[in-house]
Amino acid sequence: MSHESWAPERAAEVIAAHVSLDGATLPILHALQHTFGYVPTDAVPMIAEALNLSRAEVHGVLTFYHDFRREPAGRHVVRLCRAEACQAVGAVAVANHAKARLGIDWHGTTDDGRFTLEPVFCLGLCACGPAALIDGEPVAGLDPAALDLCLEACA
Amino acid sequence: MTRIYIPADAQAVALAADRVAAAFEQRAQGRDVTIVRTGSRGLFWLEPMVEVETKDGRVAYGPVKPGDVGGLLEAGVLEGGPHRLRLGDPAAIPYLARQTRLTFARCGIVDPVSVEDYVAQVGYRGLSQALSIEPVEIVDIVKASGLRGRGGAGFPTGIKWSTVQLAEADQKYIVCNADEGDSGTFADRMLMEGDPFALIEGMTIAGLAVGATKGFIYIRSEYPHAIRTMDRAIATATAAGYLGPSVAQSGRAFTIETRTGAGAYICGEETALLDSLEGKRGMVRAKPPLPAMKGLFGKPTVVNNVLSLATVPWILDHGAQAYADFGMGRSRGTLPFQLAGNVKRGGLIELAFGTTLREVVEEFGGGTRSGRPVRAVQVGGPLGAYFPQNLLDTPLDYEAFAAQKGLLGHGGIVVFDDTVDLAEQARFAFEFCAKESCGKCTPCRIGSTRGVETVDRILAGIEREKNLDVLVDLCEVMTDGSLCAMGGLTPVPVLSALTHFPEDFRRSPARAAAE
Repeated sequence: MSHESWAPERAAEVIAAHVSLDGATLPILHALQHTFGYVPTDAVPMIAEALNLSRAEVHGVLTFYHDFRREPAGRHVVRLCRAEACQAVGAVAVANHAKARLGIDWHGTTDDGRFTLEPVFCLGLCACGPAALIDGEPVAGLDPAALDLCLEACA
Repeated sequence: MTRIYIPADAQAVALAADRVAAAFEQRAQGRDVTIVRTGSRGLFWLEPMVEVETKDGRVAYGPVKPGDVGGLLEAGVLEGGPHRLRLGDPAAIPYLARQTRLTFARCGIVDPVSVEDYVAQVGYRGLSQALSIEPVEIVDIVKASGLRGRGGAGFPTGIKWSTVQLAEADQKYIVCNADEGDSGTFADRMLMEGDPFALIEGMTIAGLAVGATKGFIYIRSEYPHAIRTMDRAIATATAAGYLGPSVAQSGRAFTIETRTGAGAYICGEETALLDSLEGKRGMVRAKPPLPAMKGLFGKPTVVNNVLSLATVPWILDHGAQAYADFGMGRSRGTLPFQLAGNVKRGGLIELAFGTTLREVVEEFGGGTRSGRPVRAVQVGGPLGAYFPQNLLDTPLDYEAFAAQKGLLGHGGIVVFDDTVDLAEQARFAFEFCAKESCGKCTPCRIGSTRGVETVDRILAGIEREKNLDVLVDLCEVMTDGSLCAMGGLTPVPVLSALTHFPEDFRRSPARAAAE
């Protein structure tokens, strides 16, 4: 997934496009992350100003939710399900394999910037687990070998 | 022209449905074929399940892999020809034939973003009925149907609506809770991807009933496909005049917007969801005031689960009694159960209340996928109890589950084989609570972390008996002292594990460490 480089003018546009929504904070944060791949610290005072909030309030929202990143992610984001239904069919082994193969822990990014590994608690794909979202695409029925194939398919 | 129906449901896509559709597109070139992407019927071990419209009705094939498509076409799939993957009439597959599909009557059959399809499959009849009667009568019908909130709490939907209807305010809201975070549940996702107009119609009827003109659907970010389908369906319904300043030319306004969650499980709790919708941290509010009195932006608000709202059109169309005729005791109607985890045939199973857990796990599910014996079944998501073999004959009914110190919740059923370690599952329940607690109340915020530590000590053999007492005591504090169900129900899986599987907490520390 390619993202734009941080540019305050672009961020201002993104904020302006969502500012009139009811409860605009989350829509703005999602839109910024969609644009830049993360929510840069420099965006916080801009959001606060636009919504007439304090910077602390915006920071509080930004850091409350697991989805929002404050640093850029790797080129490919692998979100592995850790919830019970996937645990029942071997999700722990898949997660351990992913961590060992990529040499990173949860929320880590590989040194070459290729992969970020994130835990997720349920993707609603529970009938055919273990499941994952790889760059937003759902995959099911994973085992270590199947995960390897998915990772190798990522450029 | 021959129609080929291929699901675009996220679970089917995870099993390569998009590639199957592309293969049909490519290989059927030159033939008079239209590919229609539907939701899923919920027979996930058969996905991608492809259905072909023949002169004798639909014929299903599955599970179809992209490489099977050439062979299927050669075998005359377009005429319903024989093939090793041929399943015949999909509605006659026993897994489906044994169900009572009311809420999910259309899911997997219609084009989810075609309002014409929806109307052709008796959609919007509930709305016509609602527009022909007084708002108070709508509420009375929902009350009389016995419909209870399908999100997990089981509160009577009609009573909630009545409170909002009677509240006086310049603005009221309908909020749909589509933050389906429980592991082992996917009914909301399937419905939004497979029959989004049912939810739109249900919300519109709710708006007419209570005098709300604006609705929000709060969908978790883990469901990107559901968000896309819901947004397209809302745009289509608006263009067709079913949403907007004059719903179906009635002169009454109702609009809907979606909002995307951001990975916080606690936002499935209704007051945390409202805070999140308002743009804040998803912190739980103390009740009272109830959201029905002071909800979104301080206004009277109906907060209902996807399934509760999507069932309302059926009730308005068929009448309260027709719905109440299904079920047992105080659990009326049907519940779409979701069978998942280590099971051969996982899927969506809509049944009248009263079927036993064993029938679902063994007869629908066919036992474990691993082929090993079933050891535990967790019902109702991460805050639900682990049931052992000897409780599998419990009927699926709100009260019967409460009597066994469990809960039906949102209807998720997760099967584990005999390799599961229930002490580890208890530890996970605390770990999950620690991660997802909003932090507002102490029993949940601190208790969850102390719970992880206590289970670790028990497993390490450190003052085991004393720590088991601490564990039970901690669970009591969390149950009685937490502000919402997150901290209040985390003890349910923990205590069920301890009660029904005590041996897992008493293994020798060396073995525990080795594993």
